[in-house]
Amino acid sequence: MKTGAKILVESLQREGTEIIFGYPGGVVLPIYDELYDSPLRHILVRHEQAAAHAADGYARASGRVGVCLATSGPGACNLVTGIATAYMDSAPIVAITGQVPTSLLGNDAFQESDITGITMPITKHNYLVKSAADISRVVQEAFYIAGTGRQGPVLIDVPKDVSTGLAKDTPLPEKVTLRGYNPTYKGHKRQIDKAIDLIEHAERPLIYAGGGVIASNASEELVRLATTCGVPVTTTLMGIGCIPCDHPLNLGMLGMHGTEYANFAVTESDLLIAIGARFDDRVTGKIDTFAPHAKIVHIDIDPAEIGKNKRVDVPIVGDVKAVLQDMLAGLKKNNAYEAWIKKIRHWRQHHPLRIKDDGRLHPQQIIRTLSDMVKGEAVIVSEVGQNQMWTAQHFCFHHPRTWITSGGLGTMGYGFPAAMGAHFARPDVPVFDIAGDGSIQMNIQEMGTVAANRIPVKVAILNNMYLGMVRQWQELFFDRRYSYTELPPVEFVKIANAYGIDGMRVDSPDEVLPALRASLDCDGPFVMDFRIEREENVFPMVPAGAAINEMIGGHPRS
Amino acid sequence: MKPHTLSILVENKPGVLSRVTGLFSRRGFNIESLAVGTCEEADMSRITIIVIGDDARVEQVMKQLHKLIDVIKVSDLTENERVERELALIKVNAEPGTSRAEIMQIAQIFRAQIVDVGSKSVILQVTGDTDKIDALEKLLRQYGVKELVRTGRIGILRGSKIVASLK
Repeated sequence: MKTGAKILVESLQREGTEIIFGYPGGVVLPIYDELYDSPLRHILVRHEQAAAHAADGYARASGRVGVCLATSGPGACNLVTGIATAYMDSAPIVAITGQVPTSLLGNDAFQESDITGITMPITKHNYLVKSAADISRVVQEAFYIAGTGRQGPVLIDVPKDVSTGLAKDTPLPEKVTLRGYNPTYKGHKRQIDKAIDLIEHAERPLIYAGGGVIASNASEELVRLATTCGVPVTTTLMGIGCIPCDHPLNLGMLGMHGTEYANFAVTESDLLIAIGARFDDRVTGKIDTFAPHAKIVHIDIDPAEIGKNKRVDVPIVGDVKAVLQDMLAGLKKNNAYEAWIKKIRHWRQHHPLRIKDDGRLHPQQIIRTLSDMVKGEAVIVSEVGQNQMWTAQHFCFHHPRTWITSGGLGTMGYGFPAAMGAHFARPDVPVFDIAGDGSIQMNIQEMGTVAANRIPVKVAILNNMYLGMVRQWQELFFDRRYSYTELPPVEFVKIANAYGIDGMRVDSPDEVLPALRASLDCDGPFVMDFRIEREENVFPMVPAGAAINEMIGGHPRS
Repeated sequence: MKPHTLSILVENKPGVLSRVTGLFSRRGFNIESLAVGTCEEADMSRITIIVIGDDARVEQVMKQLHKLIDVIKVSDLTENERVERELALIKVNAEPGTSRAEIMQIAQIFRAQIVDVGSKSVILQVTGDTDKIDALEKLLRQYGVKELVRTGRIGILRGSKIVASLK
């Protein structure tokens, strides 16, 4: 007989867990006692939200399921933002929470919260385990559900008497079978043939690739599809990295802060092939005017995404990788679409992303300098807001899973803890968190975690003493009434130093490269405080509710 | 916008009903009627939900329901030949004398049963489709309906077609 806590820890190991991000507390004491001499590595965060984000960052950088652990009540509730973030971006994590003993459930006991009830809308599935004998099966199912189909977070709530309760080892099936859960992996042959036919007969086709391409590890197939038929590719924020930034067919990001040429291409395309993307409002702008002339092929593993926001001509439900392989096998003609490519080239020449070179410290230059320095061989994590958009626009990504950002939920404070998680997934490359002075202060306490564990995350704070993106909207749409968006100056290097972390403050363009080099030379964490132009905006921009080819801050349409 | 009758086969596990109903409220759907109970399989339950919405939105909600791990099968019975029934218990004022006799006559016409007789009221039990129960309720209003309970509609396909799991 074993305790539930021991079974839990052994089950995690059996699922291949190598690291847990967590925070102890009353009802998880039995689990923490098991971790004390377990080979599983545990990273003690400074706030449970960071544990969830770190598990998420680990999952996105590695493609494996990330694990976080918190106590009941406030501990569990603090995971909520992190779980919701993972849910919106389909990141596979398993969150384990302690719960008050079953005898006290529903009693408003000390540190009790109904975390399965709270997380029902933001998890793929969740469990309240009632018996130690169920733990091994539940853990196996949780990892299976989190890591297959459209991936996502699964929560396991473990009451204290369940982790102290005794149970025998129960034999587990080789393969999990759940009669209510059978994801479709293989695309429908006839639909795939229809899509191929549309590609072969299109004049202005465009691939619109999203995070599903990366989740499905289908970047190679995507690039092969694009090059085989000569179809240009635009990616969503989440799809960045699925095709190298400097690939001639890559038009960069589309949508609200996309490139002008990508948005023009969407608007004029006659065939849009949406792959692992979900027609989010930040991508489509005004939905009726999105790709108005295009037939739409939509490939996604989640049938609920197909036709949700936009009518689709050829729906293909399946795993992106499997579907693309089938498409590649069926493609006959190698099309050139010369006139189309020429038109896009013209847009690209006349509407490039702008960058200023006037001797002042502009964030875009910092991103480009970093990009030139690491040449794609780094994991770049961002916070949310201007820092995120500048990075998405100006950093040149070469590989999938090297760009990690909170897209769907837009969680400020995500980047720093997610970068910690990403490091454990990719210890072979440097990990940068591109932050704003607003976002970094949402989880700045994690300096304690990176310092204590010497986690070599390099934090680049683009400090404009504003909540920059909100300020930008106030400037453009609220008559420059900067209502509660100005932040007093903070000496971030001093904060870092207080935690025992090295750092550098940067005030001019010529200090940028030395600071970035110093961060790489440092074998531990490093904080860079870039004092950027305060009222720099992210352009081009599609105002909320406008069509995506109606961008402001771009170039006059030629 | 029309009523859709959804038949949902689910795992008979704690919390399933709140997963299903939570999804409706989250996506902005009002549930017109809901009935749930065990079914032909011991470890499953069947939920019948009536929602009003346009076809595309109902289809979206069905797809979202299908994503719930504990949901085994979702079917829209609306376009099919089906039998739908509801049961209501109605407690009506019935002072001894004329009104009581009238109520019993009405009950007879509607093939409702008197299941309880008190000194001042009677309880009618009626089964049928929604219109029939509505009509009976309307007629009884004049005597004073003290309490009315409805089970919510349940539905089943006519003929040998079934809504079942794929096992």
